[in-house]
Amino acid sequence: MDAHALEAALRPADGEKCVFDTNPVLNERLTHYCPGCLHGVAHRLVSEVLHEPDLAPRTILVAAVGCATFTYDYFNVDGLEAPHGRACAVATGVRRARPEAVVFTYQGDGDMAAIGLAESLHAANRGERITSIFINNTVYGMTGGQMAPTTLLGQKTTTTPEGRCLAREGGPVHLAEIMAGLEGVAFAARCALDSVAHVRAAKKALRRAFEVQIQNLGFGFLELLSSCPTNWHMDPVTAARHVAESMIPVFPLGVFKDKAAAPSGKPSDAANESEHTAGGAADA
Amino acid sequence: MSRVVFLEERCKGCRLCVAACPCGILRPSGRFNRHGYEVMEQAGTCSGCASCAVMCPDVAIRVFRSVKAKEGAA
Repeated sequence: MDAHALEAALRPADGEKCVFDTNPVLNERLTHYCPGCLHGVAHRLVSEVLHEPDLAPRTILVAAVGCATFTYDYFNVDGLEAPHGRACAVATGVRRARPEAVVFTYQGDGDMAAIGLAESLHAANRGERITSIFINNTVYGMTGGQMAPTTLLGQKTTTTPEGRCLAREGGPVHLAEIMAGLEGVAFAARCALDSVAHVRAAKKALRRAFEVQIQNLGFGFLELLSSCPTNWHMDPVTAARHVAESMIPVFPLGVFKDKAAAPSGKPSDAANESEHTAGGAADA
Repeated sequence: MSRVVFLEERCKGCRLCVAACPCGILRPSGRFNRHGYEVMEQAGTCSGCASCAVMCPDVAIRVFRSVKAKEGAA
């Protein structure tokens, strides 16, 4: 399709309504991610959440190290790069220096759950008014498929060629549940990006994760189960199915803590599998 | 009729849209963009649900829903 034909096709005809369009927070640069990588979906959700109440002009993004190092290239918001693992520590400084800003970090499992675990947990425990988006794809993507703290038991990676073994390497880290146990955390949830329904649910949870920061309730945390077709050696459609079949049973979806939730522990509609919603963690 | 528009130069050929479409009307087109990725096309009646666009990691899809058709169906 040439440029003129595309321009014509992008104009709604009579009786037509555009029901899906991009937004000005996400810029037009093509991402460097591999085909089928769900980082792009996560980026779009963040941009929509920042656009709909027009938070972008006062938003500051703190980028991590990993595949999403260049996150700041894709959003029309201010951003800076943190040393490996230290995004939450940098974000702490940013938010304290600019209390009116909306500050978020976007980190992978190697960055947040391995090298940066101390900084992430302590920022959360202090209840810093920041939002952290944690992309869990059970593998180190950028460096070529080594084992991550979140790697599933039995999963083969370049550093666990016979599969991750509980006795030798320990089990996968459940960061959303750990975060929910910390006093300073106002919202902790886990969603997935493998299907349309899960993506729509993830957007609602993401909005909550930003709202708790804006309402000064504490730290907002959202874990997103994602795929890595390249390092899983799968095509993108099979990789998305793998998230549903192999990851979700190990990493249950749900809202583990929401300080603003009703006292009855009424589950938020943020995640559509509700067995682990609010409940005990929110009452604690 | 509702329709799907592909921004072909953004497409990376991952086919997540093909798998997400509840009507099964999307398919690889046999054409390739300048990056060398095979782009998708619409081949059938679209309901305008935008599931394909929700799953597209590269924001390469726009969806136009026929408002009249929806009112007629309701």
